[in-house]
Amino acid sequence: MDENITAVKDAPVAEPKSHPVTININGQQHQLLVQPWVTLLDALREKLDLTGTKKGCDHGQCGACTVLVNGKRINSCLTLAVMQNGKEITTIEGIANGEMHPMQQAFIKYDAFQCGYCTPGQICSAIGMLQEGHATNREEVKELMSGNICRCGAYSNIVEAIMDVKEGGQYE
Amino acid sequence: MQQKYIGQPVSRVDGEAKVTGSAKYAAEFNVPKLRYGYVVNSTIAKGKIIKINLERAMAVQGVIKIYTHENRPSTAWLSFNYADMDAPPGKPFVPMHNNKIVYNGQPIAMIVAETFEQARYAASLVTVEYDKEEHESDLHAHLTEARLPKKGLATLLKPGPPKPKGEAEKIYEASPVKAAGTFVHGIEHHNPMEMFASTVVYEGEKKLTIFDKTQGTINCQLYVANVFGLPFKNVRVISHYVGGAFGSGLRPQYQLFLAVMASLDLKKSVRLSMNRHQMFTFGHRPATVQKTKFGANDVGKIQAINHESIGETSQFEDYTEIVVNWANMLYPSPNTKLQYKLKPLDVASPMDMRAPGGATGLHAVEVTIDELAYQAKMDPVDFRLLNYTDMDQTTEKPYSSKELKECFKQAADKFGWKNRNPEPRSMRRNHKLIGWGIATGIWEAMQLPTRAEAVLTADGKLTVSSATSDFGTGTYTVMAQIAADCMGMDLADVSFKLGDSDMPFAPISGGSFTAASTGTAVQAACLGLRKKLLKKAQKMVAAFTEAEFDDIDFTDSGLHLKNNSGPPLSYREIVAATKEKTLKSKNMGWPNAMKQRKFTRATHSAVFVEVEVDEDFGIVKVTRMVTAVAAGKILNPKTARSQILGGMVWGISKALREESVMDHRFGKFMNDSLAEYHLPVNADINDLEVIFVEEDDKIVNDLGIKGLGEIGLVAVPPAIANAVFHATGKRVNDLPITMDKVMDYASPLV
Ligand code: FES
Ligand code: FES
Repeated sequence: MDENITAVKDAPVAEPKSHPVTININGQQHQLLVQPWVTLLDALREKLDLTGTKKGCDHGQCGACTVLVNGKRINSCLTLAVMQNGKEITTIEGIANGEMHPMQQAFIKYDAFQCGYCTPGQICSAIGMLQEGHATNREEVKELMSGNICRCGAYSNIVEAIMDVKEGGQYE
Repeated sequence: MQQKYIGQPVSRVDGEAKVTGSAKYAAEFNVPKLRYGYVVNSTIAKGKIIKINLERAMAVQGVIKIYTHENRPSTAWLSFNYADMDAPPGKPFVPMHNNKIVYNGQPIAMIVAETFEQARYAASLVTVEYDKEEHESDLHAHLTEARLPKKGLATLLKPGPPKPKGEAEKIYEASPVKAAGTFVHGIEHHNPMEMFASTVVYEGEKKLTIFDKTQGTINCQLYVANVFGLPFKNVRVISHYVGGAFGSGLRPQYQLFLAVMASLDLKKSVRLSMNRHQMFTFGHRPATVQKTKFGANDVGKIQAINHESIGETSQFEDYTEIVVNWANMLYPSPNTKLQYKLKPLDVASPMDMRAPGGATGLHAVEVTIDELAYQAKMDPVDFRLLNYTDMDQTTEKPYSSKELKECFKQAADKFGWKNRNPEPRSMRRNHKLIGWGIATGIWEAMQLPTRAEAVLTADGKLTVSSATSDFGTGTYTVMAQIAADCMGMDLADVSFKLGDSDMPFAPISGGSFTAASTGTAVQAACLGLRKKLLKKAQKMVAAFTEAEFDDIDFTDSGLHLKNNSGPPLSYREIVAATKEKTLKSKNMGWPNAMKQRKFTRATHSAVFVEVEVDEDFGIVKVTRMVTAVAAGKILNPKTARSQILGGMVWGISKALREESVMDHRFGKFMNDSLAEYHLPVNADINDLEVIFVEEDDKIVNDLGIKGLGEIGLVAVPPAIANAVFHATGKRVNDLPITMDKVMDYASPLV
């Protein structure tokens, strides 16, 4: 306790300086002034009102915050907004292109969710995973989707949905 | 009523909102000038706060105010004002009430700042000096001090065990076939993916709109109004989407209290979200220790059931659940002794968590039954069929319907049970031991009074609403299906709205009673609307003037005379002819108590599981599982199947993975994060199959709905435990069945 109090005594209280960044989000250029302590996840949810990306742990443990950065899936809670200068980011809001993405349609068709809270992360993760091209079968899909927790337990339907899209030839 | 949609695998009507990210959850309503809260939690389990050092935190740029017990605005004086619909007997916890610490993790301060980051940072700069007292947090160290639970309002829905019958202890001792066990369950936390959050929008003097994560908007509305002395109509609680709850949203959580307090005090809109660690700082499934002693005669008929349970509760509320009542509901026995006790500890009050009590008690019951079958040298399915009953032996009332036998038959066939070698350790696949196990599940089919309103507009659209919830259960979808069929309309013209305290009354949503309760209300509202439509029609068209209600078919969005004595009249035309251009009916859906009271109403399940056990490492893997469920009418096989699959995943989790482990030196959970609180991930879930055996049950309610939220879970942990026994020849009765416990047992050489 005492060490804690001493440590706190010297802690700075002034806010960290903001930095300008330019990020392309869902095809739109955004010029932002962000402080270095703002995660990409919080910037999306709190500053840009892109609340489709979910916060399930804020510690990289659940995958709910998965977005695509330059086409690769990452946990947006584990990266800072200031690090995204010049990047292209796709969130769940940008997955549909006029009509829903086949992965979104498959999720509805196979009822691959219940509460829907892990769903944007699952969908972004599934699209990112198929683009990586490492999953050749159901077992590998399950393994490579294991960074996305679904407390409702929709796993088997999620795999059905992904296999359907995969076998639809979109990613061969 | 023609059932065009009821019973069909309709895709979720809220599906598009969920897959596109447009569904908004409690922390996602961004209003102008929102302030952010962040909570500081206690780090001791019992004692007093001597001093909270706030200077450094206060100095952080952007911090507006810090609330503690010393400066927080006063709220209601009397304890009952804090009691919500799910409050157990006792005194509800009041955040920052005084300097007393009653459990580790209790909220003790809240920062409010301009941004989330400022609030979070400032919270890290708060230091606290305590006067620590000795705490008790280990149930196992205090078992002998357990006592009977106090009674209260909540006891109505959760009756205590029935009185003893015969001489269960003596008959057990004298039985030629016996099985006994001690079953240990640790604490579990609900951990829905969405963390608790409230966005409180300050609408002016004493007026709030609150976006809250809850399983009952009206429950939270009443709570906020009572605690803060606000007029009910000035408090609106909205919860359109809930990111999972599993019971955790049955009571208002502390973030609601604190966010409202700050909002009223600052006259500003405030958002307060919990973080994942804080998701371990309120209710949980209680730790329990159960003992069973079952005896059967020499042909395998059960003649004695002894089942006792001791659960933990907090020092301020007596949380109870139904743990020991199940065995005698499933199996006849002339001698029973069922006991249920509590031991208060310095912990947060436990809370209902998916299948509360049932998931705990049935593990002990069904493992003991399995052992009894082994002792009687009978197949576990045959043993259960020999002891089958269509009568609830605890109340001596018949079941309103019970297709459990058919569940066993269909699931056994699908699983291939007849190929089982009954001998433990007899089946292998490469280096793995294979085990096949079964268990029976039961859960009550309850129904509570609920209101709904049906509104027809001149564009021919129907909107039905009720203040109930959908936290992934499919309420939006199945209620729209019911309404469409009741009105003879196209599903595309029907929408169901929920999750708003301004809507007609609904109780908290849980215990598998939502579909039956809200479904009955929707049906009542649609019936009311049909009657109004006829009344209007009678004034409009001569052919309808003489017609009675029963002479009309309500189909194709219109009134049709059954005898074809005139052309049909569409809903559109009727509504267009009204002054208001709408037609409404608000009705209460009452449980039919007269019909129901002569019966016990319950859902049943039969679960068949295959496990692989790695002999060297003790790792248990559930390779496949078949669940057959008898739960009345299945409104939507697609969403229903998902709900059962979810229950099966929860069962795997409870049997093999999850437990909140406490360091009793501090009375604090050690694994309070999703990295260390183990939940199943995709790779852990293999082949799961669901079978529905439909029941036509007009006693439960008109539509025959029984509910599905819990029945998918309850029998899974014992079925897995029984499969592990079949694989290894040893019983692990201490959940979760982790590798360390199996290692001791897997090899007979150890
Ligand atoms: S919120 Fe980012 S991984 Fe959980
Ligand atoms: S759908 Fe609820 S957590 Fe996955």
